[in-house]
Amino acid sequence: MNPITFERAAASEAALARADAIPGSGPRAGGARFIAGGTNLLDLMKADVMRPATLVDINALALDRIERQDDGTLSLGALARNADTARHPLVREGYPLLSAAILAAASPQIRNMASNGGNLLQRTRCSYFYDTGVPCNKRNPGSGCPAIGGLNRQHAILGASAHCIATHPSDMCVALAALDARVHVRSRDGGARTVPFADLHRLPEDRPDLDTTLQAGELISHIELPPADGLAAHSTYLKVRDRASYAFALVSVAAALEIDADGRIRDARLAIGGVAHKPWRLRAAEQLLVGQPSAAAPFAGAAEALLAGARGQGQNDFKIPLARRAVVRALEMAVAGVLSNTGADGARTQAERPTP
Amino acid sequence: MTELIQDLHAPTAPEGTGPIAIGAPVSRTDGRAKVTGSAKYAAEHTADDLCFGVVVNSTIARGRILHIDDAEALQCPGVLRVITHLNRPRTRRIGLFFKDMTAPGGTPLKPLYDDVIHYSGQPVALVVAETFEAARHAATLVRLTCAAEPHETRLADGLGRARKPSRLKAGYSPPPAAKGDAEAAYAAAPVKLESYFYSGVEHHNPMELFASTVIRGPDGHLTIYDKTQSSQNSRWYVSHVFGLPKHKVTVRNPWVGGAFGSGLRPQYQLPLAVMASLALERSVRVVLTRQQMFTFGHRPETLQRVRLAAERDGTLVAIAHEAVAETSRLEDYVEVVVNWSGQLYRCANIQLGYKVVPLDHHTPIDMRAPGAAHGVHALEIAMDELASALDMDPLALRLHNHADRSPMDDLPFSTKTLRECYAQGAERFGWAARAPLPRARREGNEWVGWGMATGTWDALQLFARASAVLHADGRLVVSSAATDIGTGTYTVMAMIAAEALGLPLERVTFQLGDSTLPVAPIQGGSSHVATVGSAVAGACTKLRERLLRMAGRLPGSGFADARLEHVRFEGGRMQLAAGPAVSIDLCDLLARAGETRIEEKYLLLPNVLQQKKYVRATHSAVFCEVRVDEELGTVRVTRVVSAIDAGRIINAKTARSQVTGAVVWGISQALHEETHADHALGRFMNHDLGEYHVAVNADVHDIDVLFVEAPDPIVSRLGAKGVGEIGIVGVAAAISNAIFHATGKRIHSTPMTPDKVMRSDSGPAGAAQG
Repeated sequence: MNPITFERAAASEAALARADAIPGSGPRAGGARFIAGGTNLLDLMKADVMRPATLVDINALALDRIERQDDGTLSLGALARNADTARHPLVREGYPLLSAAILAAASPQIRNMASNGGNLLQRTRCSYFYDTGVPCNKRNPGSGCPAIGGLNRQHAILGASAHCIATHPSDMCVALAALDARVHVRSRDGGARTVPFADLHRLPEDRPDLDTTLQAGELISHIELPPADGLAAHSTYLKVRDRASYAFALVSVAAALEIDADGRIRDARLAIGGVAHKPWRLRAAEQLLVGQPSAAAPFAGAAEALLAGARGQGQNDFKIPLARRAVVRALEMAVAGVLSNTGADGARTQAERPTP
Repeated sequence: MTELIQDLHAPTAPEGTGPIAIGAPVSRTDGRAKVTGSAKYAAEHTADDLCFGVVVNSTIARGRILHIDDAEALQCPGVLRVITHLNRPRTRRIGLFFKDMTAPGGTPLKPLYDDVIHYSGQPVALVVAETFEAARHAATLVRLTCAAEPHETRLADGLGRARKPSRLKAGYSPPPAAKGDAEAAYAAAPVKLESYFYSGVEHHNPMELFASTVIRGPDGHLTIYDKTQSSQNSRWYVSHVFGLPKHKVTVRNPWVGGAFGSGLRPQYQLPLAVMASLALERSVRVVLTRQQMFTFGHRPETLQRVRLAAERDGTLVAIAHEAVAETSRLEDYVEVVVNWSGQLYRCANIQLGYKVVPLDHHTPIDMRAPGAAHGVHALEIAMDELASALDMDPLALRLHNHADRSPMDDLPFSTKTLRECYAQGAERFGWAARAPLPRARREGNEWVGWGMATGTWDALQLFARASAVLHADGRLVVSSAATDIGTGTYTVMAMIAAEALGLPLERVTFQLGDSTLPVAPIQGGSSHVATVGSAVAGACTKLRERLLRMAGRLPGSGFADARLEHVRFEGGRMQLAAGPAVSIDLCDLLARAGETRIEEKYLLLPNVLQQKKYVRATHSAVFCEVRVDEELGTVRVTRVVSAIDAGRIINAKTARSQVTGAVVWGISQALHEETHADHALGRFMNHDLGEYHVAVNADVHDIDVLFVEAPDPIVSRLGAKGVGEIGIVGVAAAISNAIFHATGKRIHSTPMTPDKVMRSDSGPAGAAQG
């Protein structure tokens, strides 16, 4: 039997005292890792892609609350389940973009198990990463990247390196990036720090084995969302994928607009998924929209700006025009107040659409 | 006497089901056992001395094993043995002994036989341990050192090596010789087109993983629960490979969680489990992982060229259809890809060609409607292109060229209700309201398109034997070594027997899935009802005759002079049709005759001399509606109507389920399914159900199935033709044609994923080719 130690931690301090691996990153073997929902880690262990020596079960920690803070921010506990988060009234009303993104992901069974912290720390991946019979720099640094010049239809068009062209699979993270989330992290020495969402995940560069900027033994306690009431009415999560459910995004777009009374865009948020090693967001692209009339804003220009420098790998060249169009479409949907193209919200949109 | 084998737990309809009529929508007799979990599949059987095997697979596509380091694996607690080509139990050496009943020409892979690697994913070792967990862990510790040799896994790279295949596979017919002069007719015709088609590799992925549990008896007898479409095929294979006499091996498959053709041949977990059992003298279970489900047979990568030519009125004057498909270097896998193009439409000049290219893959294997799923797909898209070129309605073009007799050999069809399928399907769908030109209807961001296609498949009958035993308590047990891969075999066979003897369905048990039962063919080719069902009907007819003879001998029974056609079996009684007063309960009859049970057996041999005078085929007309977002390339198949010509339907419910499931797979073939090989590594990479996409619920909308029944007495005495494959044929073509109607974009490869469907940034949509 795979020699592994399984421990339950009753408190954060105890958990932090045990875990010594970098959450959501390599190395492949050894170390003590946190486990919450296990929806990614157990998969990786079954495929022998990760082989931790110790699993520290953190499900008993009191980190599952979703609550409004005194400063108006919303705190999403790291151990709150994805499904509970998506259905929570404070999330549905205040951050429908996040709700829609979560519900566009995976399957109900996975969303019921997956924790918010675990969603952030699922591995950036591709099918080579998941197959121990082949080289992969992310799983086995220095072994090479067969996706470059190989099967790369799903792979990155932005921010890739010569070492890795994998994409981050999360939908939730694309919405969190657009919503300026901040990730609260505790460390073993009793310290705590806050990581702006844009700084949580990293590009592959020459260390594709590292998916995040977290340090060994750090633990995400909760995710903080600044108030975004002004964006709620014009939020859209658009996911384009190979089938209508249970498939990673070819391209996904989180778009949210704050439109003032005279129809001008006061604030714009735009992040895309399925295109890079992390959710992709560019302030400059959003700034092109601010102050513009929502009925005739330069959506195509914003898409161009967001995709500046995009480069295909061959099989995934189509993602560049697809992402451009998806951004424009998502912004149009946001102006129209259409929340999603998928799941229950997407079905409602289809059902309510008048038949000419 | 064929006994009820208790271990098979053959299902029976619930009390109160009552008498049924053939054709009634009867719920599955096996449904309850399946949904409550009492049905035990191959991996669920156990034994006190059970140990567990986990397979180690090669990671290179071609070469030799230089060294296998199993030291670390053997040190794991609980590990019993690492079986490789170096220490496996003795098997036969000659390749012929590894050929199962459906093996094509060539020599099959001999698992763990020697140091040669033939493909990536080939089994190279079996780690056996006291627990599954120990075996699985130890399997990750086996280190393989190989000398790789250059491999070739891409069909397009090997076209120079394309050659005519061996024709040795059972049921395979090579393309017939050309009729007329297709080249000349094509050259001279006023309207013509030439199209190339590509379809990638697909893997079956039934829900149940391939598994074998070998239970070793004290006397060394092996009872093997195997995932297979034929217990007798697996028994034959094990006996031949290991030189074990028939009485030493029993193979059972009473429950099979889907197979779709993947179980037509024994897969490698079977010989590996037997090896471990022989080596350790213990019971052994080997279950493949989902990833390993991508390491054996698959639908082969196929390239096709179709040329059609017609007069301006739509009359076809030339059909030329050529296909090149992948096979392995070990065997010539063959399937009927192009012959359908000589069968569907009236045409004076037809030319068909089929070649294979050996690649460094495992040998392909039949997958639902093998050959037709992609061959008819190509023809039916070409027909749609021709209709477009002629400015003709696609259905009108097909009706104009309808084949009343087989175009290739001028034989009549045994039955054919295709015209009615077209008419009823079109009516149900509302086809008459179709806009003639593409890009006619847009709703929101989606273009709405309608498409149609024809489907066809063989109506096969093979040979089989069945036994029917009537017990004194009035229970009827009917047996044949048939298989139910989820298709409803248990149910329809019981229905056929119950109707024949006038019994309520709950008094009839059909037992299948054991190699010691009367001979049955492999469950494949949509032949089971026409074959096993006819054998069951034959055995029951003999029982009726015997019961009548028994009654006739009873003093004063009133049956002394009756002949079978004068007698009705109803409500558990036999009575004279003319005078219901002359009647006897079957239980009383057995009691008065002093019998505790009576058995009749029947060997069904197809009437080949009569059948060969006809072309025997099922047909379908498929209509569908798609909604295409051409900016994003997404397709929704919102409506499908499938009108089926499959002869007489035995069970309207299970038949409908068969066709509905096949339409779902057609959607999946059209939009989702493809196994992608990294050709530098020579390895399939999307080997799990997260990355190998099949249609999910959200992809499936309205599916409407209608049967245009006409009993076909040539194919079977039941009048049934078989519904297993026909439902998938033509579906993907109808979807492709509907996408063209929606957007003006013609896509010639499957699956039609967003990258192929999305509008190109440059040029008009209609110019793009997929």
